[in-house]
Amino acid sequence: MTFASIIIQLLNGLAAAASLFLVSAGLSLIFGVTRIVNFAHGSLYMLGLYGAYTLIEALGRTPLGFWTSVVLSALAVGLVGVLIEVLVLRRIYRAPELFQLLATFAVVLVIKDIALFTWGAEDLVGPRAPGLSMAVEILGRRIPAYDLLLIAIGPVVLLVMWLLLTRTRWGALVRAATQDREMVGALGVDQAKLFTSVFFVGSVLAGLGGALQIPREPANLELDLSVIADAFVVTVVGGLGSIGGAFLAAMLIGVAKAFCIGVGTVNWFGAEIVFSKLTLVVEFLIMAIVLVVRPFGLLGKPQAAQRIAADPAPPLTVPSWTFVLVGLALLLAVPVAADRYVTILLTDIFCFALFAVSLHFIMGPAGMVSFGHAAYFGLGAYAAGLLMKRAGLPMEAALVLAPLVVGAFAVVYGWFCVRLSGVYLAMLTLAFAQISWSIVFQWDSFTGGSNGLFGVWPSAWLAGKTAYYYLALAFCGAGVALLWRVLFSPFGYALRAGRDSPLRAEAIGIDLRAYQWMAFVLVGALAGLAGAVYAFSKGSISPSTISIAQSTDGLIMVLLGGVETLKGPLAGAAIFTWLRDEVARRTEFWRGVMGVVILAIVLLFPQGLVGGLKALTQRWREAQSREKTA
Amino acid sequence: MTAVLQVEGLRKTFGGVQAVADVSFAVDAGELLALIGPNGAGKSTCFNLLNGQLAPDGGIVRLGGRDIVGLRPRQIWRLGVGRTFQITATFASLSVRENVQMALYSHAGRLRSLLGRFGTAFTTEADALLGQVGMLDQAGRPCGVLAYGDLKRVELAMALANQPRLLLMDEPTAGMAPRERVALMELAAGLARAQKIAVLFTEHDMDVVFSQADRIIVLDRGQLIAGGMPQEVRANPDVRAVYLGGTH
Repeated sequence: MTFASIIIQLLNGLAAAASLFLVSAGLSLIFGVTRIVNFAHGSLYMLGLYGAYTLIEALGRTPLGFWTSVVLSALAVGLVGVLIEVLVLRRIYRAPELFQLLATFAVVLVIKDIALFTWGAEDLVGPRAPGLSMAVEILGRRIPAYDLLLIAIGPVVLLVMWLLLTRTRWGALVRAATQDREMVGALGVDQAKLFTSVFFVGSVLAGLGGALQIPREPANLELDLSVIADAFVVTVVGGLGSIGGAFLAAMLIGVAKAFCIGVGTVNWFGAEIVFSKLTLVVEFLIMAIVLVVRPFGLLGKPQAAQRIAADPAPPLTVPSWTFVLVGLALLLAVPVAADRYVTILLTDIFCFALFAVSLHFIMGPAGMVSFGHAAYFGLGAYAAGLLMKRAGLPMEAALVLAPLVVGAFAVVYGWFCVRLSGVYLAMLTLAFAQISWSIVFQWDSFTGGSNGLFGVWPSAWLAGKTAYYYLALAFCGAGVALLWRVLFSPFGYALRAGRDSPLRAEAIGIDLRAYQWMAFVLVGALAGLAGAVYAFSKGSISPSTISIAQSTDGLIMVLLGGVETLKGPLAGAAIFTWLRDEVARRTEFWRGVMGVVILAIVLLFPQGLVGGLKALTQRWREAQSREKTA
Repeated sequence: MTAVLQVEGLRKTFGGVQAVADVSFAVDAGELLALIGPNGAGKSTCFNLLNGQLAPDGGIVRLGGRDIVGLRPRQIWRLGVGRTFQITATFASLSVRENVQMALYSHAGRLRSLLGRFGTAFTTEADALLGQVGMLDQAGRPCGVLAYGDLKRVELAMALANQPRLLLMDEPTAGMAPRERVALMELAAGLARAQKIAVLFTEHDMDVVFSQADRIIVLDRGQLIAGGMPQEVRANPDVRAVYLGGTH
C-alpha cells in the first residue's frame, strides 16, 4: 500500500464512522441513564434515513431542501423516540430488565412493518447532497466532498454533546443519573421527564446518523438490525455510557473496516484472503479483543452497583411426571389424529422448543443472557448440512455429529464470553453470532453464501412427514429432558448458586467461570442439535438461521413464556411459532402484528405468559380460600 | 505450635493512600481476635487482603505455616478458611438447607456431576450445621425470603461447612438488632472455641467486641496502633484518643 492509499482509506473510514458514532452515542446515552438496551435504536436510524428521503422528495433537491430535510427527519425521529418512551417503556421501568428488552424487540418489529407499509420493500436510493456532489482531489485521488463534511460532523457533534453534558443542568442530571440513578431519584429529580428528554436526544442522534447517510447508502429494511449490531459493537468497545468512548471506537472500527475494503484480496503463503469480505469479522474481532483486555471498554467504567437488588429468582420446580407423560402421550397421538399441517407445524415447534429451552438454561438459571443464541442453532443446521453435502456422510451420522461440531465452536466462543457479565456478555454473544453469520454468508463456495444449502433431505426411512415428526420429537424431547435433568444436578445447582451470588460461590470454592464455560458448551451443542433437526425437516438451510432475527426470536420465545419457569420456554416457543404461522398466512405485515401482540403481553403480563398465569391462579386460589374462611 | 494465621508486614496502597501499612499479627486456634478501628481505618482492605480478594503490595500471610498470598479466594477456602460477609451473600433462590449443602458438595468436590440429583447427599451434615446455628426449623425456606439476622446464621453455617481452621467474619453483626448481635457472636464464639477454630472478626459494636473477643487489635489509618487483652486496649490512651475519643 502506498502512503496515498493509506490516507485515502483513513478518510473513507472516518467518513463512515461519523454516522456510526452518532447512533452509538445515542444508544450509549440512553443506556447510561435508563439502563435499557434499546434494540430499536437501529430502527430509529432506519427511520431517519427513510424520513430524509421522503422529505427531500417533498422539499426539493436544493441545498436548503436537503439540509432542512436532514434536520427535520432527525427531529421527527426524536419524537418517535419520545413516543416509544412514553407509551411503552415508562410503563415497565419496574419490570425486570429482560422484559424491557423484549419490549424494544417488539418495537423493532412494529417499526419495520410501518416502514414496509409506508415505503415498500424496494431499496430507496437518495440524491447526492446538493452543492456537495463534487469530489475533492487529495494526493491524486478523488474523495467526495460530502465525505469530508461527514468527517467534520463527528467531532462537532462530540463537542456539542460534551458541552451539553458538562455545561448545562440537564447534562449534570444525565451524568449524575448515569453514575447513580437511584440517588438522582432520591434527590427529587423528576425521572420521567429526564428519561423522556434523554430518549429524545438519543433518538435525534440516531435519526441524524441515518439522515446523513442518505447520499451514501440506500434506505432499506435490513438496516435496523445491521445498524444495531454495529452500534452495539461501538458502544461496547468504547465503554457503555461513554460518549467519548463511542467516538473513539467508531473511528477505530470505521477505519479498520475501510482498510479491509482497501486491502482487497491478498495472497499470503499461497492462500487467498479476501479482506474486503472480512469487514464484519474484523469489526467483531476488535470487539472481542477489547472486551477481553479491557472488560468495560476503552473508556468505560465498571457499572455502578444497583442498590435496589432485583427480586431473587424464585426456586425452580421439577415438572411433574403427569405433565410430562400426558404431554408426551398427546404428542405421540398427533400424527394419527391430526392432519399433515399440524404435524409439520409441530415439528417446527419441537426444534424451536429445544432452541428456546437451551437459551432459557443459559439466560435463566445460569444467569448469562445471550443475544446471539442463533449462532449455535444456525451452526448446527450448517454443520449437519455440510457434513452431509461436503463430507459425504449419511444423514444419520450428520445429525448426530452436528451438535459435537457446534459444541467445539461453543468451547471457543464461551471461553471469551464467560470472562464478562451482564450487558457486555450479552453483546459479545451477539458479536460471535454476527461473525458466524458473516462467514457463512460470504463463503459462497463452501456454505452456498446468501442462497444457503439445498437438498438437505433426511434418509429415505425418515422422509415421510410422520416419520420425521417422531424423530424430531425423540431428539428434541431428549434434548429438553437432558437440559432439565442437568438443571437439578449438582452442576445445575452450582450454576444457579453462581447466578445468585458470584461472591459467595467463589468463597465456597466454586470455580464459577469453569462451570459457566461448560454450561455454554452444553447449551451450544443442544441448540446445535435443534438446528440440525430443523435443517433436515426443511430440506434447505439459509443464513437467516444464524441471523440476529433468529436470535431475537429465541429471546422472544423465552421471555414470552417467562424466564422463571421451566415450562415457560416451551409455551413461548409453541405460541410464538404457531402465532407467526397464523399471522404470516394472513398478512404480509406479520412482524408488526407480532410486535403489537408482544407489546400487549409485556404491558399486561410483566412476568411472561406462564408466570402471569401462575400469578392469576394464585390470586384466584387466595380469593377462594378467603371465601371459605369468611 | 505455630499460629493458625500469621500476618507479617502486610501493605497495600491505593493511588498514594496507605490503606494498610506494615500490619503484623497472629491468631491461634480457638482464639477470637477482634480487628477494630474507626471508619476508613483499613479494616475491610485488610480482610480482603487476607481472603484473596485483593493482592497485597507486600507482606506475608501464612495459614498454618503456608504462604497464601496470590491465591484466589476459592483456593484459600480449600485450605480451610470460612468467611461471612459484611453484607450477607447467600444463594437466594436455593433453600436454606441447599445453601449449606452447596458448601458441603463443593468441599467434597461433588459439584461436577451433570446427571445426579442435587440435594440427596449431605442432608444429615447440613441439618447438623443448621441445628448448631438454630436454623433447622427454617431449612426448607428459600434464602431470598429470610430475615436479615437469619441470613447471618445461614452464612455462619456455610462458613463452618468445610470444617475451617480459620473463620474470617467481616462485621458479622452489621445490620442486626442490638440483642441479636450479642447472641449471634456468642453463638459463633461458642462454636469456634468448641471446634478450636481461629476467628478474626471486625466489628463496630463495642459491646460485642469487649464481651466476646479474647484479644483486640486496633487499626488507625492503616497502621496497628495497639493490641492486647480487652482491658488493656480499653485502657490504652492512644486507642481512646483515635477511637473512643472521637465518639465521646
